[in-house]
Amino acid sequence: MKESLYIVIVGCGRLGSYLANHLSRAGHSVVVIDSNEETFGDLSSDFSGFRVVGDATELAVLREAKLDEADVLLATAREDNVNLMVAQIAGKLFHVAHVLARVFDPRREQIYKQHGIETVCPTSLVAAALIGSVAGGGAVPEEGPP
Amino acid sequence: MKVLIVGAGKTLYFLCRHFKAKGYEVVVINRNPAECVQLARKLSALVICGDGSDAMILKEAGARETDVVFAITPYDQDNLVICQLAAMQFGVPRAIALANDPDNEPIFEKLGVSAFSTTQIVSRLIEERASLEQIITLLPVGQGRVNVTEMVLDLDAPAAGKFLKDIVLPEDALVAVAIRDDRPIVPRGGTQLLAGDRLVLITLPENHDAVIEALMGDRK
Repeated sequence: MKESLYIVIVGCGRLGSYLANHLSRAGHSVVVIDSNEETFGDLSSDFSGFRVVGDATELAVLREAKLDEADVLLATAREDNVNLMVAQIAGKLFHVAHVLARVFDPRREQIYKQHGIETVCPTSLVAAALIGSVAGGGAVPEEGPP
Repeated sequence: MKVLIVGAGKTLYFLCRHFKAKGYEVVVINRNPAECVQLARKLSALVICGDGSDAMILKEAGARETDVVFAITPYDQDNLVICQLAAMQFGVPRAIALANDPDNEPIFEKLGVSAFSTTQIVSRLIEERASLEQIITLLPVGQGRVNVTEMVLDLDAPAAGKFLKDIVLPEDALVAVAIRDDRPIVPRGGTQLLAGDRLVLITLPENHDAVIEALMGDRK
């Protein structure tokens, strides 16, 4: 893997801004996209990446973020469907090597995962951790929460 | 045929009414409880209140036995996911998404979802109606490789009064039908075209303008 990656992050909410600050500090080139300019206020003062204001489901916005040159796309917008759409566009149209979409709905996440879209589901992860702690480190469920 | 429509507003209502009138079984998914009540009152259709991109809601709407899904919400990301879930999870044979942003039409097709753009359809209609009242593209056939066009020959059209055999048309073009006094004529070389004839033309995109010019003259 290259030392410095070109990373596009969709959504500058709590997760997006955290990732952007962290990855920028680690020496990667980061571009953050969010339709609400105010969210960029969550970026730290030493964030050295770029900010793009716009709707990531618009092709022009993804082009402005130079997605075609990106090594990684992290889709962390509030809406699951935005993340699923942008992740597919990044992978299939822009041929970004590493694409990850956050999907809150465990059912939706499972279906897309089975169809080869890289997804991460916070709901399932937290549920697994909580169930694990309740069961005293018992089996971690594969599927979403009951 | 069973049709499942996800969306809102007047387009949804009139589409449902249209499909009901054709005798189709119609199921609607809409997110707004108040609108659902209105829809259920006005349409004799099953109305499900919820998020159409939720697999549970699609299941409740009977997606598994559905022949066609139309996703016409104002949000392209929702329309894409609705159609993909319908196809991937419920094996719906035809799922069609509205691309509100016309740029998304080709993108959806590349992601395996049939798409249409109202903006493109309407703007094409407006351009045609505005520029040449008498010339209407009826439909593109063969993935846009062939055009079927309808036009009315006016008095000063070069083709008016001529025999078809005397009109020089480009290769791969055909005057398929002439409608005169509501009677269709399939013209042959010896058929005389008259002003007022409504012609149905078969053309290719590359010779379309030349065919129109040969029949109607230079319109620019």
